[in-house]
Amino acid sequence: MAKELWKGNEAIAEAAIRAGCRCYFGYPITPQSEIPEYMSLHMPKVGGVFLQSESEIAAINMVYGASGAGARVMTSSSSPGVSLKQEGISYMCGAELPGVIVNVMRGGPGLGTIQPAQGDYFQATRGGGNGDYRLIVFAPANIQEVVDLMQEAFELADQYRMPVMMLLDGMIGQMMEPIEWKKPPVSPDDLPEKPWATTGTKEGRAPNIINSLFIDPEACNVHNKRLEEKYRRVIESEQRYETNDTDGAEVIFVAYGTPARLARAAAGLLEKEGIKAGVFRPVTVWPYPYEALHEVSLQDSVKAIVTVEMSTGQMVDDVRIGVNGVKPVSFIGQAGGVIPTPREVANAALKALGR
Amino acid sequence: MAYHEIIVAGFGGQGVMSIGTTMAETAMAQGLNVSWLPSYGPEMRGGTANCNVVIADTEIISPIVLEPSELIAMNQPSLDKFEPAVKPGGLILVNQSIVERKVQRDDVQAIYVPSLEIASELGNMRVANMTMLGAYIEATKYLKFETVVDILRNIFTGKKAHLVELNEVALQRGADCVNR
Repeated sequence: MAKELWKGNEAIAEAAIRAGCRCYFGYPITPQSEIPEYMSLHMPKVGGVFLQSESEIAAINMVYGASGAGARVMTSSSSPGVSLKQEGISYMCGAELPGVIVNVMRGGPGLGTIQPAQGDYFQATRGGGNGDYRLIVFAPANIQEVVDLMQEAFELADQYRMPVMMLLDGMIGQMMEPIEWKKPPVSPDDLPEKPWATTGTKEGRAPNIINSLFIDPEACNVHNKRLEEKYRRVIESEQRYETNDTDGAEVIFVAYGTPARLARAAAGLLEKEGIKAGVFRPVTVWPYPYEALHEVSLQDSVKAIVTVEMSTGQMVDDVRIGVNGVKPVSFIGQAGGVIPTPREVANAALKALGR
Repeated sequence: MAYHEIIVAGFGGQGVMSIGTTMAETAMAQGLNVSWLPSYGPEMRGGTANCNVVIADTEIISPIVLEPSELIAMNQPSLDKFEPAVKPGGLILVNQSIVERKVQRDDVQAIYVPSLEIASELGNMRVANMTMLGAYIEATKYLKFETVVDILRNIFTGKKAHLVELNEVALQRGADCVNR
């Protein structure tokens, strides 16, 4: 199939439509506004719903409603807007509703800047809303991966009845790369039945109830244990990662999204200086591929693990959990919309190696 | 191995982004790997704009261009900002119509294109950017002129189809500036 040149934000919107998503609710914010723009043009063409809500809070609650009614549904925003959605995300997890939330991250905290950043890692992987909940969080590093994972995100959301987050940074949203549409488009008519959805009983069955309120503590405990069991299955089955040149490497960079590409450029610089460097890239940041990272770290050749982020250090906590003390872990990052250079990243590795 | 890292920079409205996307589309049609990364933000609203384009026959590692092998400077601030970053032995294409100075470095190749004068002669100021692209293609010789024209044919369709020929002439006039 011929390659097509797509911008990240537009590609993610088209991938959603091809995944059978027919409901989009959102509110514009840079650097993701091409997503609602694309949806406003293309959703009506496939008989779908595009609605620009009055706020991000309204949008996530519309997602809750449409998902409860059995629709494939999504919303998108950027960092400050995703903060506003946290309550609704917690409610979706409590009510076990599928849906896809796209966060094209910009610098924070607060309004911050519109330039690319990764400061929402804790919010995405630890939960910005209340309660014991988890999201499957995909962190693509190129546009092909954006479209492949977006189509998969809807499938996993339905399979586990939980929200899935696509965690991008502004650069992935704004850049263009060639892609191929590997999977055929899915028609909403061909999706599996959702017997739990509130589609109307027509007086032929007992009503379905969608709710996150379990007022009796025993019942709420049972509910939480059931969610825990579901999240355990996700941890077992859905960890994704990629490695580049990690076999026999002296230093391992760990990075997701844009910084993973910078880390590979840094590894190229180090190679010219006679140092073998590899890159470990989590593709899911929840569930985090702890064991795979641990395996890579255990190699005798590995002297240092260097985490690279566009933040002041968030994923590095997960790296420390994965490496679990077998090798020293250090951190290099820039925040607030500044992107670390490959030279800075390479120098951080040299420092970690004591050179 | 070909690995071109390009910065196209100028004022918003000069067609900076579309030079970059046309390059990227052309390279992709020739089977090369490409990435296109725009600057975005307040500078787009009336200020300077630029895009990073990487074109390679190998995998593209980072789409961010810090040391361009080629720079297309559509205005003076862009030349001032990016001239020091160009790789030694690299190429700088200057929009001679509004840039008042010459390239100062002697370890890079400089080509000057009177883009506005050419566009004015052709009767459409909006093709000025295509003269720069034409000069780029001629100077670097890895993007095919015919492929660019094919891409333009896909962009200008229906009522705009007549613009293909005009853009083709603009590309050629730009290319003519290279070996003067």
